[in-house]
Amino acid sequence: MKSITVRLFASLREAAGQSVVHLELENEARVVDVWDALCDSSSDLEPFHGRALVALNRRYVSTDVLLSDGDELALFPPVSGG
Amino acid sequence: MSEERRFELTRDELDVNAIVKRVMAPNRGAVTTFVGAVRDHHKGRRVRYLEYEAYPEMAEEVLAQIGQEIRERWPAVDDVCIVHRIGHQDVGEVSVVIAVAAAHRVDTFDASRYAIDRIKEIVPIWKKEVCEDGEFWLEGPESMTPPDWE
Repeated sequence: MKSITVRLFASLREAAGQSVVHLELENEARVVDVWDALCDSSSDLEPFHGRALVALNRRYVSTDVLLSDGDELALFPPVSGG
Repeated sequence: MSEERRFELTRDELDVNAIVKRVMAPNRGAVTTFVGAVRDHHKGRRVRYLEYEAYPEMAEEVLAQIGQEIRERWPAVDDVCIVHRIGHQDVGEVSVVIAVAAAHRVDTFDASRYAIDRIKEIVPIWKKEVCEDGEFWLEGPESMTPPDWE
């Protein structure tokens, strides 16, 4: 099993009602498995699936990347700083 | 704000002159400064104030990455400082300051423009508009929104 910390920001954080989620996932887990776990606990996150940006340990990644034990995964909407 | 840092998020008010001074040096004759401020309207809505949220650890790393990209694209640029404010910001307050320094002015304008465009593309910061008629998260840079969406 892998222990993954998921951080949520902006509209995703509000939809989930929390900013940090700790998940225990199977060894072959990928980002899509994180989405499945999150949407199981909060259906309000479903609309974000497919358009959210994904950062693994503070770097942008694609959703098929394999997760490792202790990873910090961040999910957030397209950015709007400036 | 820390005096020495070049890529920084802060909740404090931004001091434009202090940020410009960070990149000034005797061998640098040009500093181009971009100042972003909170506007009182957006897409026909009256904005009361903005709330900026960030993924702070990553945002500072991505700001530094933008600085590195500028050094690679414009080797004549000697120094770059970007400070972005987060949290509550009233209309007219300064949300971001970019200062680009070089011996001569050539390239400092382009590098400054590049920095603000990249911030709006890749730095994990989000603004929520608090308006008379509700609260709205802005998602994605305005430059990516086709005019006919408005």
